Amino acid sequence: MPDALPEHHMPWHDTPRQGAVEALKHELQAIRARQPSPEPDMIAEVVRAVLTTIGLDLSAKEASLLREVEELGRTIAVAKVEIAALQVDDIKDRDIPFATDELDAIVAHTAQATDAILESCEMLDAVAGKVDGEPAATLQAATTRIYEACSFQDITGQRITKVVTTLKTIEGKVAHIIRTFGRDDIQAPVRQPEATGTEADLLNGPQLPANAMDQSDIDKLLSSFE
Amino acid sequence: MSIDKSMNILIVDDYKTMLRIIRNLLKQIDFNNVEEATDGTEALAKLRSGNFGLIISDWNMAPMTGLQLLQEVRADSRLKNTPFIMVTAESKTENVVAAKAAGVSNYIVKPFNAETLKDKIEKVLVHA
Repeated sequence: MPDALPEHHMPWHDTPRQGAVEALKHELQAIRARQPSPEPDMIAEVVRAVLTTIGLDLSAKEASLLREVEELGRTIAVAKVEIAALQVDDIKDRDIPFATDELDAIVAHTAQATDAILESCEMLDAVAGKVDGEPAATLQAATTRIYEACSFQDITGQRITKVVTTLKTIEGKVAHIIRTFGRDDIQAPVRQPEATGTEADLLNGPQLPANAMDQSDIDKLLSSFE
Repeated sequence: MSIDKSMNILIVDDYKTMLRIIRNLLKQIDFNNVEEATDGTEALAKLRSGNFGLIISDWNMAPMTGLQLLQEVRADSRLKNTPFIMVTAESKTENVVAAKAAGVSNYIVKPFNAETLKDKIEKVLVHA
């Protein structure tokens, strides 16, 4: 017949600490009744109590794991304080809307300016139609160059739209962080699932110059299909 | 082969400024019969009720994109042979490949110059 198990291998209900464990269970129930969503500080406190109660029954590995859980509780508590210090409400309610409004205003102002330039350019084109020879050609070359340059408004508009979309994504993440840390009254905007393998993947707007293909690259690619 | 400069051209872009720029550049190369649409849906309605010799379209538009417009045009028995030039800031390889697979006649990346526009128009109309 085998010897009796040492205490640290005995089932919980057979150990001499059964009374302490039962007391701990009651304490946990009482905490749960008071606080359905416990604060990280409270979790850390309970973990400490558990460690104190059962510390001698744990292997070194288990004790290490519980210490890590306790450390995690502390880290969450610190993170919560740091996030509160960030004044995330300001970021969500003031800073990001302000930035997106400013960017929208840039698009509106550049569109307005571009329209004014184009209007003047169209007047020059009309004059070019009334003169002959070299002056007409010179005027048309100048207006052509202006028309080409004015397409900047389209490109900058698309780039700014991308930035606004990024800011709105950040806004959603900030709201999500706030909600995760217990602010149920703030709703994160529903993020649309990113489509894969659809045309949406192809709508990326202008590429940054370092990554973009120029017209000659496009021509080569098209030719490769012939 | 000579190009009929009196043909109707439909230009499609959701940026009115861009429509104005393309219209003026076309005018400078003697294409004066130009109509405009600000998205694929409007363009398709105009194409089905009119007679156009060339379509010049942006890609990134809503609710119908330029690619969807191209696919609709190629699927329409009356419109399927109309030359279609995509003018877009979308310059990734996969975009060009997708446009080609859908039957694009040529592809111009923004920002572009007047010479590129003229060159591509001539190429697609000569081969039309």
